[in-house]
This record gives sequence, structure tokens and C-alpha cells, in this order.
Amino acid sequence: MELIKDILAGNRRALARGISQVENGGADARALLAGLYPHSGRAHVVGVTGAPGTGKSTLVNALARTYRARGVSVGIVAVDPTSPFTGGALLGDRVRMRDLAGDPGIFIRSMATRGSLGGLARTTGDVITVLDAAGYQRILVETVGVGQAEVDIAGAAHTTIVVEVPGMGDEVQAIKAGVLEIADLFAVNKADREGADHTAMALRMMQGLDPNAGHHRRGPGGKHGEPGLQSDGSWLPPVLKTVASQGEGVEALRDWVEIHAGMLRDSGELARRETARAAVTLASILRDQLLAALLAQIPDRILLELIDEIARRDLDPYSAAEKLMPALAGSPSL
Amino acid sequence: MAERKIRVLVAKPGLDGHDRGAKVVARALRDAGMEVIYTGIRQTPEMIVEAALQEDVDVVGLSILSGAHMALCPRITELLRAQGLDDVLVVVGGIIPDDDVPALQKAGVQGVFGPGTSTHDIVQFIRERISEREMLRAA
Repeated sequence: MELIKDILAGNRRALARGISQVENGGADARALLAGLYPHSGRAHVVGVTGAPGTGKSTLVNALARTYRARGVSVGIVAVDPTSPFTGGALLGDRVRMRDLAGDPGIFIRSMATRGSLGGLARTTGDVITVLDAAGYQRILVETVGVGQAEVDIAGAAHTTIVVEVPGMGDEVQAIKAGVLEIADLFAVNKADREGADHTAMALRMMQGLDPNAGHHRRGPGGKHGEPGLQSDGSWLPPVLKTVASQGEGVEALRDWVEIHAGMLRDSGELARRETARAAVTLASILRDQLLAALLAQIPDRILLELIDEIARRDLDPYSAAEKLMPALAGSPSL
Repeated sequence: MAERKIRVLVAKPGLDGHDRGAKVVARALRDAGMEVIYTGIRQTPEMIVEAALQEDVDVVGLSILSGAHMALCPRITELLRAQGLDDVLVVVGGIIPDDDVPALQKAGVQGVFGPGTSTHDIVQFIRERISEREMLRAA
């Protein structure tokens, strides 16, 4: 395929086309990914997630600049939500990334979620593969503005930065399950605002409450230990204050990303995460393909009848699924 | 399942900062089911063309109220062509005197929408042009 050759040769137009193809799916997308996959696996993928308005785009912009200052190339994937009503989307993350214009070491792509609910689009992982194969050394992935449970990014990124801002909640918010649990690094952004120290402290307190954290995580007198790699091999996420709009604290953030990347490589954790990711990716592709194969075997009429029965409460959804499963046996085997 | 969405870059080149019109149009295109990449104000022609390339858009929509359209539009279409993006549909909205329309069209701007245009007409125009282009490509 000509497109594969052009993407590997660094042609940006081909890269943009390839990403569209992957987003739109189908046989072309599968062929493209099959050709690019062997060339991927070199980039370090950094996820940036957090609630709407925490400054994720601005932080991505600032982080990309600090990488460029070191001559490291950066691919950016910025995800915004698709309207569930119209199927349209307004992708506005580039507004905050205008500093990066004109730099051939940067490639920014906006993506709509197209119905996916976990904070990314279904094909974000594939778009990362394309940018990786194209040779970008770091890939920054900005999720949609998340609530508490959109954690898909943790499966797609090697290092996940959770962005918080002062005044967004108290200690109880900080011990809830979900987004906070996936952090490898915390950035308390807009740290020039009142309450930044309090927010940073609440996050550190939450870490201290972890019953799995051994004694090593506390310094003398029960005080908190140093963040980063612990003596038992676990990772205590550092809590960093940033003012992304001024670039403050962003170099320290970049340095911590690199420390985390080094830890993942040296400890073998990277290989474990790659294996876990491969399992999740395969399961998700199988789910899509099995569903399509199953539905292809079932006449619409029968499907609609069953759906009606469920809606009328004549049949429960599990029993309905049970009735349909045997249709899979009719599909071609391996 | 191949899913095809119309992707539109909405940009404000030049120095005026009045972006309400651009936002209204961006919103209308979104509500029509398109994916709209909004880049904000004070974009140079180079920035717009770079974004159009990276985002692989079908349409570039420009909003110009400053009177600089005769300088900016031809520059943008020229840069698009230089990048091989000749098949991108370019439309412009804003304060554009009727006398300037033929010259803009000659420069490759396919749609010119002045004050009072309904957003419905813009959506319709983009849909028709894109489906014509798709048919040509398929043929």
C-alpha cells in the first residue's frame, strides 16, 4: 500500500489521510494498521485527563513545548465529545495549542468520540499506533473532560497525568474510586490560584490512606515519603503544581514523565502493561466482530420481536441473549 | 463499518477579534452532524493550512470581518494548493462586498456568505458540494 510507505517516510499529508482512514474503519483501515503495526511500539504515550476546564489543552501545549526544546518530536491526539443527538462535534482543543504552529516536529490531530463513553474514541488506540509508526517519539493524548469514571486512557497510555485544579472538591472527592486511581502523576494546574496547596495536600493525604502502601511510604513521624519509585517497587505518584499558561512547573512535569517512563522500562512493568493492553485490544476487537457476525446471522424481524418482548417485560434481556447465541455456531469457523 | 463524517475547519484569519459569527456557524455545522475543528482568532494563512492538512478536513470555513479578504483568501487557497489540498472546499463568511465575489471565486473560494445568510443555507451548500465531490471521486 502506497499510503503505508508514505507515512513511514514522514509524509504529513499521508499521515493525516491514514488517521482518517483508521477513524472511519473498514477493510482499508485494517490493511493500513496491519502494515503499520510492526513499525509501532517505539513512542512513549502520555495520557492527560481531568475534568472540563482544568486546563488539559493548555498543559498539553506547554508540555509539548518543553519536549520540543529538547528536540523530541511530539504527536498530539486531542479528543472531544460527539453530540449523542446530532452525531456532530465541536473540536476546540487547537485553540489552546497555537504556540505549536509551524513546527514540523509536532503533529496535532483532533478526534471526536463518535459514541464512545470512556473518555476516548474507539479508534484512539489505532490513531496512536499510526502516529507511533510515523516516528513521533512522544504521543500526548488529551481525553475529553472527564467526570469520575472515564478511565480508558489508562489502558491506552503508558503514563497517565490526572489534572486537578484548586477548589474542585475536598478530601472526600479525593478518595473516590475512578479517575484519581489511574494517575501515575498528578498535576495541580492553575496553581497560582488560591487553594492550590490545599488541593495538593488533599491528594497526598489520599495517597497516605492507601492501606496497601507500606511503612516505607511514610517518613519519620508518619510524614509522607518521597514520591516516585518506592523500595518495594511500587510507584507513588508525585503531586506537582503547574501554571500551564505560564509554563510554570511544566519542565518538572516533563522530567517526571521521563522518570516514570524509565521506571516502566527498567522494572519490566512496560512489558506487562503492553501485554495487558494487547489482551484488552484483542478482546474489544473480538467483541465488535463477534457482535457483527452474530447479528449477520439473525434476521432483523426476529431481533425486533425479541426487543419488543424485552420492552414489554415478557422476556428478560439475559434470556433473550441466550436465545440468540446459538446463531453464532452458524458462522464460519477458523 | 465505514463511517464518513464531514470534517470542517473553522478559522478566523487576520487581526479582527470578532468571532461570534464564526462560533455561530461552527455550532450550526456541529448540529448538522459535522465534525468542526475550531481554531480561534488571529490565525495566519500558514497556520490555517497546516491545521487543514493535519486534520484532513473536507472544508475550510473562513470568517473575515476586517476587509482583508482580498489579501487573505487568495493566499490561503494558494497555500492549500501548494500542499496538494486542492480538493478542499473553501468558503468564506463575513463582510464581503458583492464586487469582490467574482475575484474570490476565481481565486478558488467556492462559497461566499454575507451578513444575513441563514446557517441552513451554509449547511446545505457544504453538503451538496461534498456529495458532488464524493461522486466524482467514486466515478
